[in-house]
Amino acid sequence: MLSVEGLHTFYGPIEALRGVDLSVASGEIVTLIGANGAGKSTLLMTICGTPRAARGRISFEGNDISQLPTYQIIRRGIAQSPEGRRIFPRMTVMENLQMGAVTADEDHFDEDLERILSIFPILGERRDQRGGTLSGGEQQMLAIGRALMSRPRLLLLDEPSLGLAPLYVKQIFDVIREINERDGMTILLVEQNAYHALRLAHRGYVMANGKIVLVGTGSELLANEEVQNAYLEGGH
Amino acid sequence: MAAPSGVDFGRILREAVLAAAVAAILGLPLLGLRLVSGTKGLQVDQRWDWLVIGVLAVFFGRMALAFLRGAKPAFAKAGEGAGVVGQFVRQQQRPLGVAALGFALILPFMPFSDRYVVDVTTLVLIYVMLGWGLNIVVGLAGLLDLGYVAFYAVGAYSFALLGTTFDWSFWVCLPIAGLCAAMFGVLLGYPVLRLRGDYLAIVTLGFGEIIRLVLTNWVEFSGGPNGIPGIPRPEFFGLEFSRNPESGQSFHEFFGLSFSGDHRIIFLYFIILALALITNLFVLRIRRLPVGRAWEALREDEIACRSLGINPVNTKLSAFALGAMFGGFAGSFFATRSGFISPESFTFIESAIILSIVVLGGMGSQIGVVLAAIAIIVVPEVLREFSEFRMLAFGGAMVLIMVWRPRGLLAHRVPTIRLGAKGGDP
Ligand SMILES: Nc1ncnc2c1ncn2[C@@H]1O[C@H](COP(=O)(O)OP(=O)(O)O)[C@@H](O)[C@H]1O
Ligand SMILES: [Mg+2]
Repeated sequence: MLSVEGLHTFYGPIEALRGVDLSVASGEIVTLIGANGAGKSTLLMTICGTPRAARGRISFEGNDISQLPTYQIIRRGIAQSPEGRRIFPRMTVMENLQMGAVTADEDHFDEDLERILSIFPILGERRDQRGGTLSGGEQQMLAIGRALMSRPRLLLLDEPSLGLAPLYVKQIFDVIREINERDGMTILLVEQNAYHALRLAHRGYVMANGKIVLVGTGSELLANEEVQNAYLEGGH
Repeated sequence: MAAPSGVDFGRILREAVLAAAVAAILGLPLLGLRLVSGTKGLQVDQRWDWLVIGVLAVFFGRMALAFLRGAKPAFAKAGEGAGVVGQFVRQQQRPLGVAALGFALILPFMPFSDRYVVDVTTLVLIYVMLGWGLNIVVGLAGLLDLGYVAFYAVGAYSFALLGTTFDWSFWVCLPIAGLCAAMFGVLLGYPVLRLRGDYLAIVTLGFGEIIRLVLTNWVEFSGGPNGIPGIPRPEFFGLEFSRNPESGQSFHEFFGLSFSGDHRIIFLYFIILALALITNLFVLRIRRLPVGRAWEALREDEIACRSLGINPVNTKLSAFALGAMFGGFAGSFFATRSGFISPESFTFIESAIILSIVVLGGMGSQIGVVLAAIAIIVVPEVLREFSEFRMLAFGGAMVLIMVWRPRGLLAHRVPTIRLGAKGGDP
């Protein structure tokens, strides 16, 4: 569904991605783990078109999207829940969800809304509350819900568990599994929380210094000694 | 930190002395010295008694304020306490709006309404309209525009030139002037797409000045500093407002009234009232459409907008263009009202006044803009008696409002209810 080949991205003189190859098949959860500054967020953002790839190919459902502007990439069926959630703080929960649906067909709106409120009942309770006044976990749910409102076929999640209480982390991971299993959503999940992510994902990539250094199924990587030493020490 | 009684005399005294010292420094040139033209040219007249009174007033005023506040540090939570009026206005938006509209409709026919009242109200309405127009750019889209007067000028000159050259009527030129201004909005929008905040403010400020300088210096085109006289006055369905019409019938003949100059003043008043209402309805409606919601989202977080598939280029340009369009409408109304325009009328201070109205009203609040426009236009009129201290008193009033309501008179964003509109490329 998504394939990335030989991707290079620069921030000025800094080469943040140094030839990344990665693919996600339809219906999969693929996770991308790696230390801070490895280039995970840069990869997700390059897939979405800002920053633009200097070299390499990004194809989505068989079409090269590496030259499209961001808003057109999103309209092709990719949704992103960006790092740091980035919900609209002064808008209500409802308005945030509506913003997620700007690219979607109006006719689906009520149905999609109902589906998302059934996944995240708390958002229904808070529908008229301003986004900025939600707790961290609720904001994350809102960010995911907002991304889902565009009816994507591929969902990119950047560190959804960042800074959340353990209870919320579990809830978020349960939801990711649920939308994958029930709706068949294809998901590329960037995580620091390697243990949970690898247990959840079908396949995983490990990134370091702008390159993919390991690939494998979730359980292979969990069992891998390097991964255990680098990303799993201190347990879960 | 406070004594059990809640009052800390030492601190109050310190604050009062500090305030008095500041007042003394500021007051020295403002109050203490005064230029008078005497026998030997300009002379400096000293008024130390004024200065002493001023400083004492500040000293005791500051103390009184501190006691009233229970000696809380100055400015702490100043906005919270005074929210009662704002809350009332907020809850009663609709009835208040209807009441204000009703009042505006009958105002020219009230017994106390003379020419002066209608004239000042017309002026207020021009600024209300400009405030609502600029609100699209600053309040909704969050793009700080310090050169809004440029679009006002473009609208005014479009109509003035078309009207005097081709003898086209106000009603024909109005949409053209709006369109011209909108084009200039896009023209300004393109180069500043990537700018935000301070940088955007500087460039827009420059843009406003460029337009004014071009109008001043390109004499063959715009008449330069001499301006453009003889701009056509608006007609009422082809009826002129003059004693002896050049062609056709005049308003008073058609309706069998005796001629009065007030007819035109009142007619102008209703034109700007209608234009302002159209602006308001337009903004109210567009806020609920995808474009309008995209503006607000863009103000909140541009990166998030992008990741939701919003095209920031079109969104920003549409905000600039539509805001400019209403500025252009207001500009051509200004031209037809005064019959004469020159670059003098389009200086930076106009942009500053319009922006103050938006900020003072509470960014994005429609009724707030009305209140602020009344405050900013009417207060200096009332303060005319204070002659030389007029602007000082005006500045003082602004500071007080900002202390009292730091986020504007009505700093409350009303959530939008989505309209079931289809498609639309935001
Ligand atoms: N906007 C930016 N400008 C310059 N350098 C950046 C920018 N964003 C990220 N980087 C650099 O790119 C590298 C990868 O960052 P990032 O993709 O955020 O890593 P990760 O998400 O894996 O923590 C880091 O070295 C970071 O300093
Ligand atoms: Mg990151």
